Amino acid sequence: MSTVVDDHNHEAHHDHKPSGITRWLFTTNHKDIGSMYLWFSLIMFFVGGAMAMVIRAELFQPGLQLVEPQFFNQMTTVHGLVMIFGAVMPAFTGLANWMVPMMIGAPDMALPRMNNWSFWILPFAFVILLSSLFMEGGGPDFGWTFYAPLSTTYSNDSTALFVFAVHIMGISSIMGAINVIVTIFNMRAPGMTYMKMPLFVWTWLITAFLLIAVMPVLAGAVTMVLTDKYFGTSFFNAAGGGDPVMFQHIFWFFGHPEVYIMILPSFGIISAIIPTFSRKKLFGYSSMVYATASIAILSFLVWAHHMFTTGMPVFAELFFMYCTMLIAVPTGVKVFNWVATMWRGAISFEVPMLFALAFVILFTIGGFSGVMLAMTPVDFQYHDTYFVVAHFHYVLVTGAIFSVMAASYYWLPKWTGHMYDTTLARLHFWCSLISVNVLFFPMHFAGLAGMPRRIPDYAVQFADINQITSIGGFAFGLSQLIFLWLVIKCARGGEKAAAKPWDGAEGLEWTVPSPAPYHTFETPPKVE
Amino acid sequence: MKMKPLWALPLLYSASALSQERSLNLTKGVTEVSRDVYDLHMTIFYICCVIGVVVFGLMFYSMIRHRKSRGREPAKFHENVKVEILWTLIPFLILVGMAIPATSTLIAMEDTSDADVTIQVTGSQWKWHYKYFDREVEFFSRLATQQQQIDNKFDKSENYLREVDNPLVLPTGQKVRFLVTSDDVIHSWWVPDFAVKKDANPGFINEAWTRIDEPGIYRGQCAELCGKDHGFMPIVVIAKTPEDYAKWIDETEAKQIAEQKRQQELLDMEMSMDELMAMGEKIYNSTCAACHQPNGQGISGTFPALAGSPIASKPENIDKHIDIVLHGVQGSAMQAFAQQLTMQELASVITYERNAWGNDTGEMVQAADINAAMNK
Repeated sequence: MSTVVDDHNHEAHHDHKPSGITRWLFTTNHKDIGSMYLWFSLIMFFVGGAMAMVIRAELFQPGLQLVEPQFFNQMTTVHGLVMIFGAVMPAFTGLANWMVPMMIGAPDMALPRMNNWSFWILPFAFVILLSSLFMEGGGPDFGWTFYAPLSTTYSNDSTALFVFAVHIMGISSIMGAINVIVTIFNMRAPGMTYMKMPLFVWTWLITAFLLIAVMPVLAGAVTMVLTDKYFGTSFFNAAGGGDPVMFQHIFWFFGHPEVYIMILPSFGIISAIIPTFSRKKLFGYSSMVYATASIAILSFLVWAHHMFTTGMPVFAELFFMYCTMLIAVPTGVKVFNWVATMWRGAISFEVPMLFALAFVILFTIGGFSGVMLAMTPVDFQYHDTYFVVAHFHYVLVTGAIFSVMAASYYWLPKWTGHMYDTTLARLHFWCSLISVNVLFFPMHFAGLAGMPRRIPDYAVQFADINQITSIGGFAFGLSQLIFLWLVIKCARGGEKAAAKPWDGAEGLEWTVPSPAPYHTFETPPKVE
Repeated sequence: MKMKPLWALPLLYSASALSQERSLNLTKGVTEVSRDVYDLHMTIFYICCVIGVVVFGLMFYSMIRHRKSRGREPAKFHENVKVEILWTLIPFLILVGMAIPATSTLIAMEDTSDADVTIQVTGSQWKWHYKYFDREVEFFSRLATQQQQIDNKFDKSENYLREVDNPLVLPTGQKVRFLVTSDDVIHSWWVPDFAVKKDANPGFINEAWTRIDEPGIYRGQCAELCGKDHGFMPIVVIAKTPEDYAKWIDETEAKQIAEQKRQQELLDMEMSMDELMAMGEKIYNSTCAACHQPNGQGISGTFPALAGSPIASKPENIDKHIDIVLHGVQGSAMQAFAQQLTMQELASVITYERNAWGNDTGEMVQAADINAAMNK
């Protein structure tokens, strides 16, 4: 028996892992799985980005030049699905996998085999979704929101593939969320009380509850689409006693919390970075936690603000308008807290901080247009125009994506053990910052001037705005190649990074060497 | 219409774009409601600007003054209950201030009572249908821009993609109520100048209203993704003074009644194959080709081909063919065309489909056959 125990100890204390592809296929290590999530997300970011390039190329001039309207609709649809479910959500799950155990002093995620599975079903979901583009009749072309009956009676033959792909993505997200919750509840190091957890852990905990609450709703919606299309049910068909607007209620009951699923972890990231580079504790830690929780609760009460033009009773419109406006309060608190954290600090502008500062300003601009959109009477004018496209790209690209970039620049030295090329990183930041605004800011004007979204061709008065937007789009797309190059370079080698490369940083992840060893905190640390 | 070489197109676009009157802000519009909406928009915009200047101002001040490179020692504070309560309360009060005008405008917008004129607006893939209540007037309104302009073969006209064959005509100064619905997927009827955007939901009727102050031509577009040609179903409204409107509606009504009479008389007349084919091709290209394609091949996986299809090429299926065109196919994108086209047009388009693209059945369908099928 004693030899067995010895073997066990031997394995546990060294980075013993299978080599080659089997390491990645069978891994139950949170760091490996986190890396796979992040690489997957980066690949999907480029796949979705390529589709955005097709969209912007077609919209460069009025008239139809490159693609047919039906293919254009497939591009807008799959671009949305890939970016949301393939780029942003896996990026956050990857960050959670890497950082949550290290931040709370746990040796790994609580459910490592499920962790492996929740990642490995994802590539299959996207192979199914993307392969549908090459089928007869093409892929999904009804918008990522797949409103019935366009997605049921009037959709093409590949709809079943879309439905199954979304099911798999949902299962993956739910498993990831369960893992995060179980880990945080059970595996905190001694002394790591809830109100001592880093905000990234807090925001992810709340996000995970949102995921568990709403992903099953999405699964229900796609299943009803499936049975309406293929099995003769009439959930969304008035002729059979159903209601197409009910689809939108169900979808947005998922869809609005989903919006916060994609931004709450960002709040956590920014709340880690700004104090580090201001060399000052985060202002209002507990109010940050309460603000996050109240945003999460309010997110269940505002779904119908996506549906003001569907013909709701005026009382319902007022209710959803007021609740939506209310969200501005806790969101404002967060922004004020970040500014107060910087106030009278000792600020320096390393690349993670640059992205974090850009996040605060540009996300707030997205918040302003959000408040404007909340006002029902004016929303009638904004709804389904490029103003909305500008709004949600400000919160999702300069919000969520910029926060992921910030996180990558913040933790890359910890992940790889190398300091990245900061000149290249600064170049990436400035190129991205300028081009992203050339890309999305003019969209506000296109929308106000009356350009509807999701159209492959437009009236001539929108030509100039679209041309500028497209140029910004191409530049933003190209700028991201700098990031790809930088990450590959950093992973392959470079200047050795210290255990704590940022002098102002706090947290358990900086107490382990860089790169973080394959197994960390096998003996729980003691938290003061 | 003259052809231009492809390389000259970008120049042409920018030239035509410059000549347009362009706006970067929300349409102020021509109704009381649309002006209220515009004012509300500007108010919130200015409030956001002020908040932005204050917050970003403090942030930039901090970024410039509180830098490590200036040798700053960081302060130690990390909470202040009074400040935190203050910056929770102040935004809340600002929001209450915004909600009050928004509520009153919204209640006014949703009050569709006491209308002078009622119009049923029906969206279908990809056109609008207008029906005037209490009058014998109804018509379809389709995109009037030529396909060649969309395909960049002709220059783009001033109202490219924002022009229709039959515009909706409305009186000024009267309360017009719209009953909005759809025949197939969800569309959305939007005219920015009226600040009216209402979804057209199949099987349900939504209400909206407007009262236009000035005569003029107002243009809008479908605002809800409704399939392939979502970008190609514009809305054009001509607002006329009540006198001109009364004249127009009387004339149009008389014309439509006369046309119906003429159709009945035409039932006895036989058309020749050439006449049927010529008329049929025209109708096919304007009505059917968007889905079934000009070459009759359809789009595989979505819209079935007609060329070589058993329904359109086998003599025993002629009744089935007529039935599908008249009544549509339940649970598919195929609409019922019985009310959309005249009997003559229906006869000619079915004849065309049965004789074009190698479907050489040699069969002719006459208006009388359609009449018989309709009365079956």
